[in-house]
Amino acid sequence: MSDNQNNSSGVGLVVRGLRKSFGGQEVLKGIDIAVKPGEIFVIMGPSGSGKSVLLKHLIGLEEPDAGEIFINGEPLTTPEIAAKYRMALVFQSGALLNSLTVGENVGLYLTEHRLKPADEIKKIVEEKLADVGLKDAVNKMPNELSGGMKKRAAIARALVIEPQLILYDEPTSELDPVSAVVIGDEILDLNHRIHVTSLVVSHDRDLAFGIADRIAVIIDGEIVTVGTPDEVKNFNDPRVKGFLNADFKRDK
Amino acid sequence: MFENIGEIILLFWRTLLALPQAWRQRDKVFDQFFEIGNASLLMVCVLSFFIGAVISLQTGPILVERSLASAVGGVVGIAIAKELAPVMMAILIAGRIGSAMAAEIGSMRVYQEIDALRTMNINPIHYLVLPRILAIAVALPMLVVFSVLVGWFGGAMVADMNHRMEIPFRVFFANLRDIVELKDVANGVFKSFCFAIIIGVVSCHQGLVTIGGPRGIGRSVTKAVVNSIVLIVIFDYILTRFLLK
Ligand SMILES: Nc1ncnc2c1ncn2[C@@H]1O[C@H](COP(=O)(O)OP(=O)(O)OP(=O)(O)O)[C@@H](O)[C@H]1O
Ligand SMILES: [Mg+2]
Repeated sequence: MSDNQNNSSGVGLVVRGLRKSFGGQEVLKGIDIAVKPGEIFVIMGPSGSGKSVLLKHLIGLEEPDAGEIFINGEPLTTPEIAAKYRMALVFQSGALLNSLTVGENVGLYLTEHRLKPADEIKKIVEEKLADVGLKDAVNKMPNELSGGMKKRAAIARALVIEPQLILYDEPTSELDPVSAVVIGDEILDLNHRIHVTSLVVSHDRDLAFGIADRIAVIIDGEIVTVGTPDEVKNFNDPRVKGFLNADFKRDK
Repeated sequence: MFENIGEIILLFWRTLLALPQAWRQRDKVFDQFFEIGNASLLMVCVLSFFIGAVISLQTGPILVERSLASAVGGVVGIAIAKELAPVMMAILIAGRIGSAMAAEIGSMRVYQEIDALRTMNINPIHYLVLPRILAIAVALPMLVVFSVLVGWFGGAMVADMNHRMEIPFRVFFANLRDIVELKDVANGVFKSFCFAIIIGVVSCHQGLVTIGGPRGIGRSVTKAVVNSIVLIVIFDYILTRFLLK
């Protein structure tokens, strides 16, 4: 196989002019982003702004109406190019296969592609589950897990692929603050350990400012601003300020 | 209802192209196969017995009155082997297994499990569709053979015990063997093989195109069963016409 199979460092990602409509409703209105190899890039935006749709385009689950996606400089147009790079998406809902145990879910990629012998797969699965704090859940069924545990299992399943690019869709929604920090630390740790490129979609402000190298804010299908956490915090746009500083109206 | 016939044929074609993967997926084929057997064996038994019984009850006395008692075994035997067992079992399996296929794949679709498979480069046709279609294509013909035997037995029981016929068990089967040939049974089994493919492809397709939440899954299940049954009945005529030569 090509050398990037063994190369654990992340790949760069460039999106140019990405547009997508669903039945007349324009969800993505020309998205431009450039994620550097090994970077943690966080996309923030309100609910319904098109974040999940954008991630689906990046991993090839949706066809864009217009625009281009480049992985490591190569246009992501054919399945062959897509298959050259290992990418993983951690779904917002986890999307574990309900008919399989957690362990089988995590090992699915390896078993289906016959990449490793069974005992080795078992070891890898246990290791990845331990990484996300789910050591005891190997033989549980997904419907026996809480929302947060499902999400962590989904992260373990993504790690098994040894991805060069991980896309996280709301990794900390449904998590209590402590688990959210654990997941955030895990994302940081992976980034340092294997230099994977991480693209995180979230509306969790603490997570975004805690882990991001750079942040983009997407509102109504458009990127409003991109920059370091400090740049974004100080960006002068009422919509961005409104989103980042949203607070309850309780009298001080 | 047939707006998707092109897509269904395409899915069938893709499944054929996936056939070389069959050996790799053998564990899943066996799982599905045993699930079909488990879910339907008892029902097949009861249904077939009573179909045989009632067809014997309906035709037997009329033939006996006209001194054609020796034809009862043959008539019942042919009716069950060539028509009733394959069609009734196919309808039963469409309701029992086709619905389960559409529901299972439909919920995987709705809850993004199929998307998750695709992000792992796992082809849903290899992983989900092929094992189900192979399993049903083997299981249904076997169930039909079983159904034919049970149906004959039911017919013979009624012919023996009903006071308007009183045809001894052995005589019924001797008459049956005079008229029914192996090729008549093979004919019915072949039809059931075709019906199995129809049920499998229609139900898997319906599952894969499910949209919406639980309601969408419900709609898919209903459509899978109804469309399968309509196609079974239509193809029954076409295949019979073609096999009658
Ligand atoms: N398959 C689809 N068909 C039609 N409309 C869709 C589809 N997928 C998404 N949409 C629409 O696109 C818009 C953006 O959806 P998306 O799921 O990307 O939001 P999001 O930013 O991820 O929100 P959240 O933070 O709540 O997850 C929504 O208005 C949604 O209704
Ligand atoms: Mg979303």
